[in-house]
Amino acid sequence: MTSPVVTVSDRGAAKAAGTPGSPPPRLRTPRRRHSADKPRRSVWLTLLTSLVLLYSLVPLIWLAVSATKTQEGLSRSFGLWFDGDFALWENIGQTFTYDDGVFTRWLLNTLLYVGLGAGGATFLAVLGGYALAKFDFPGRRAVFAVVIGAVAVPGTALAVPTFLMFSKMGLTNTPWAVIVPSLISPFGLYLMWVFASEAIPTELMEAARIDGAGEVRTFFRVALPLLAPGIVTVLLFTMVATWNNYFLPLVMLKDPDWYPLTLGLNSWNAQAATAGGEAVFNLVVTGSLVTILPLIAAFLLLQRYWRSGLAAGSVKE
Amino acid sequence: MHKHSRRLLRGIGLVCALALGVSACGSDDGDSSRKAVSQEDIRAALEKGGTITVWAWEPTLEQVAADFEKKHPGVEVDLVNAGTNADQYTALQNAISAKKGVPDVAQIEYYAMGQYALTKQLTDLKGFGADKLSDTFSPGPWNGVKAGGDGVYALPMDSGPMALFYNKKVFDEHGIEVPTTWAEYLDAARELRKADPKAYITADTGDAGFATSMLWQAGSRPYTVNGTEVRIDFSDQGAKTFTDTWQQLIDEKLLAPVTSWTDDWYKGLGDGTIATLAMGAWMPANLASGVKDAAGDWRVAPLPQWTAGAAASAENGGSALALPELGGDEALAYAFVEYANAGEGVRTRLANGAFPATTADLESKEFQETAFSYFGGQQANKVFAESAANVADDWSYLPYQVYANSIFNDTVGQAYVSDTTLAEGLESWQEASVEYGTEQGFTVEK
Repeated sequence: MTSPVVTVSDRGAAKAAGTPGSPPPRLRTPRRRHSADKPRRSVWLTLLTSLVLLYSLVPLIWLAVSATKTQEGLSRSFGLWFDGDFALWENIGQTFTYDDGVFTRWLLNTLLYVGLGAGGATFLAVLGGYALAKFDFPGRRAVFAVVIGAVAVPGTALAVPTFLMFSKMGLTNTPWAVIVPSLISPFGLYLMWVFASEAIPTELMEAARIDGAGEVRTFFRVALPLLAPGIVTVLLFTMVATWNNYFLPLVMLKDPDWYPLTLGLNSWNAQAATAGGEAVFNLVVTGSLVTILPLIAAFLLLQRYWRSGLAAGSVKE
Repeated sequence: MHKHSRRLLRGIGLVCALALGVSACGSDDGDSSRKAVSQEDIRAALEKGGTITVWAWEPTLEQVAADFEKKHPGVEVDLVNAGTNADQYTALQNAISAKKGVPDVAQIEYYAMGQYALTKQLTDLKGFGADKLSDTFSPGPWNGVKAGGDGVYALPMDSGPMALFYNKKVFDEHGIEVPTTWAEYLDAARELRKADPKAYITADTGDAGFATSMLWQAGSRPYTVNGTEVRIDFSDQGAKTFTDTWQQLIDEKLLAPVTSWTDDWYKGLGDGTIATLAMGAWMPANLASGVKDAAGDWRVAPLPQWTAGAAASAENGGSALALPELGGDEALAYAFVEYANAGEGVRTRLANGAFPATTADLESKEFQETAFSYFGGQQANKVFAESAANVADDWSYLPYQVYANSIFNDTVGQAYVSDTTLAEGLESWQEASVEYGTEQGFTVEK
């Protein structure tokens, strides 16, 4: 999964500078001036970025092109160009109907895991980050140390111990085994903590309290709107992490009815390596394309909040 | 013996380390596995109904399960694909260690049977009268479910007597004769390479299942298993026969550097750059679904021989349905296994492209005369059935073959990518297998 490239367009600003309809003003000095509005253009930099852009887009292009091919077409044609027959619609249809439409089930499972897991993780991170940033209590530094430490531990390393714990509790092979561990996002908590301490002026909270608002009301009415960009950022991070999560469900789940898309697609792929199994590479490819579409949509929809969030605090008021 | 198996149970870390730690493993004494369940009990269980969970990846079982449910309305078969071969074994081992979520029936390949049978994790089906079925199945698979012991730990589901699948179009195009011996095979590989530099006789980057099958056919018997006493020896004449020829294929770069079962491999089978496959008889279904474009190009010939005129064969792949000791409702589970592997289910599975392990079906006229349109109308089953009859039944796998196969590419696989020879590779495979076995509490001899 590559993250989409955010391009900052300055075309709009450039257009607004010239008066529409009139010829461009003649400049006596053709020497280019570099400022924040007109950044210096470097050929090398452009080349380098194009190269990186190409590198990150080629797999995506391959995926999109390959999704239009049949199983036979996949093996007889060049990877980055189309095959004779255009089979995208058949492939999509088959992806959703193959094996009694189990793909839809996997899609719904993934949505469930992302909804409850990533949504819950964000909610907890916001509550925790706000509390840690804005309230002083004994042991705060210890919590900080634990959180920073937890960021360093990869989730994959925790999967097996978590499995053992969950199996003792009898939760393996249920959706809870995927949702509950996803609720914990140390990085999200850390991010919200830093964000909350910057984005919410303590004076504002004090003003709200003086006006008679309780803590709950202050949080929901005053703090939460200010935290929106941070929340979106954490939500995006946890969403991508849960959506792409492979190892945790792999360890926890045995019942294909509870598989997320990642495991499901892998089981289709593995089918080709089984005696008597049917090779369905075309469906694996198409399924993968369908799988990343919601993520792309989420990024496109949420990125403006995200960007305005990243700009917060960069300008002195 | 008892002391031995105790030590083994404690030691068989491969099994327990995967999950919950050793304490959860094998607390049974092993004597409880001799349960007696009569036909009467089975009938009563079917009458009463219930749900059984079956872990299997074999696609034809789906229809079998549906038919079984229709026949016994009270019974529900929950067919779960818990992963393919080694993935499923890990899952099964985890469940057994955790004593939770153990399926009532599990698909286990012959090469992996020993691991479960020896640690008494499978119910001995002798108590169900399964030993009376010995004549029902062909000798290779039957030997497989006995796993070197005297119990019957599963009922054979399918088998994989080997044959040579070849792309007739490619052979005809270059005027190459279909090889009947491995020496001719080597010549054919050279001719083909000369005629078309892009084409290879076959693809091989080191595959444990294939190598053990080839050793089997060549008369090598590297593994001797007697309870917990194991002997591993790759220095017999059979092993030398295999490595001598195969080494030449490697040295002269006559093998396509393509790993089996990848999309590249399927591609090569389709476009004629991989011209033959020495595989189990279950392969036609895979060819038909994975290489549709080459329909009509492929044919089946008997497996090439090491000595001209001989008729030796070996098994490649194949699996059985077993009842894990910790699974529930054994009478019902056995009823299903018997239905699927020895009863009406076999017919259903054959119709859907599976290859039988039952002698009656192998010998039946209907089966033998089935024309495969994929093979240009050839009655390929005749070749397979003959191969099945020619499989020597004194082969055994290691009780920890799953582990051994997992390190195949680190040892023997080196022969394909470096100056190490195949014989040296086998030697280091032997070393590593001996070492692991000793660590696990087996008495291993070289």
